[in-house]
Amino acid sequence: MLRLANPNRFMQWSGKLLPWCAIATVILLGVGTYMALFVAPPDYQQGESVRIMYIHVPSAMMSTFVYAVMAVSSAVALIWRHPVADIAARESAPLGAGFTLLCLVTGSLWGKPMWGAWWVWDARLTSELVLFFLYLGYIALVNAFDEPTRGARAGAILALVGVINLPIIKFSVDWWNTLHQPESIFRLGGPTIAPSMLWPLLIMVLGFAAFFVTLLLLRMRSALMAAKLRAIRLQQIEAA
Amino acid sequence: MSPFLRLVGRDLRLALRQGGDAAMVVGFFVLTVVLFPFGVGPEPELLQRIAAGIVWVTALLAALLSLERLFQSDYEDGSLEVMALLPLPLEAQVLAKCLAHWLVTGLPLTLTAPLLGLLLHLDTAGYPALIASMAIGTPILSLLGAVGAALTLGARKGGVLLSLLVLPLYIPVLIFGVAAIEAEIGGFGARPHLLLLAAFLVLAVGMVPFAAAAALRQALE
Repeated sequence: MLRLANPNRFMQWSGKLLPWCAIATVILLGVGTYMALFVAPPDYQQGESVRIMYIHVPSAMMSTFVYAVMAVSSAVALIWRHPVADIAARESAPLGAGFTLLCLVTGSLWGKPMWGAWWVWDARLTSELVLFFLYLGYIALVNAFDEPTRGARAGAILALVGVINLPIIKFSVDWWNTLHQPESIFRLGGPTIAPSMLWPLLIMVLGFAAFFVTLLLLRMRSALMAAKLRAIRLQQIEAA
Repeated sequence: MSPFLRLVGRDLRLALRQGGDAAMVVGFFVLTVVLFPFGVGPEPELLQRIAAGIVWVTALLAALLSLERLFQSDYEDGSLEVMALLPLPLEAQVLAKCLAHWLVTGLPLTLTAPLLGLLLHLDTAGYPALIASMAIGTPILSLLGAVGAALTLGARKGGVLLSLLVLPLYIPVLIFGVAAIEAEIGGFGARPHLLLLAAFLVLAVGMVPFAAAAALRQALE
């Protein structure tokens, strides 16, 4: 990990890795989408609308996974002053916010036919919404400083504070919901999920993860290139 | 007098002599609560049902108002840089400043809350829980807010950013604060909720100084 602190080495390494990640993404998402749409059976209660699950569940999983990636990168960046980890944390935040938004939107679209409402103050929905706000706060903080390193450092501290707070928020929202409306707890799926649905779902989850890694590498590479470009321009201006 | 108490005293003196900090926060608190009956209608049953929620949500917003000043003026006039050189660790200074901040905002809010409960026809059984939950909960607001205030030092549009950062972190306090009052009114007893709030407070006292001090150090670099 510390070997990758050198941006040049990271560029070489990620350049080799990137095509494989992209291929894995295309294959996994392609196969997963085909299986989700044509192979997996419709649900006996929910009918065809259960297919939203194959987007909704992977994006929900990614929304927390990306936060974990962000927090670990932030810790690495703070402890070792690791410049590439700083970029990893900063560049994964918009992706995480995107997955969270995708999860909220698909959940809302799924909720309308199933529960009869676009939004229900269910504990899981609510904590996902709070997570979305945490991502937005992080992105706003990182971009709020004229000096980019200040933003990165402040963002890293915020990400770690958020990681300690997330379980507390999750717990208190669960507690709040069971207190206020115990009759409206929705349980998805009922019995454990059938293998014919589980396999497409697992492939989609892996596809989403590969998609995230591909995008993250792309974003980190372009951030590094942009920094390099800026440095070259400054040199040219000084030389002129 | 210990350096810790001296720092608390300095912040209190500054707040009192510059004047109006506590009065402004309380004024905002009262005024905003008074807006609600205009918004939802004056029926006592409705107001009674939502009283605990209104008082707590408004208290969160009022506490948020004054957070920006926690470190801002010391940052601008350079006192913060001198304070970072003091033998007293920055972590302890954060705690002292939070204590002073609570004394000029959280404490007046706690004392005003029962009056607002009266305006909103809060059930009589709820008053002890209201005062207790505000007394335990408002210090948490000052502590969590200190992290946000330290992180946004020197940021563009620091005030709006601060509320975006801090409000999601306030949600647990709001949930347990309101739950304590409603449980007491419902006859279940506020004790478990108050204990959870107290646990949260202990956690915040233990961890916030480190996060806020780290944020201050990177702001001073």
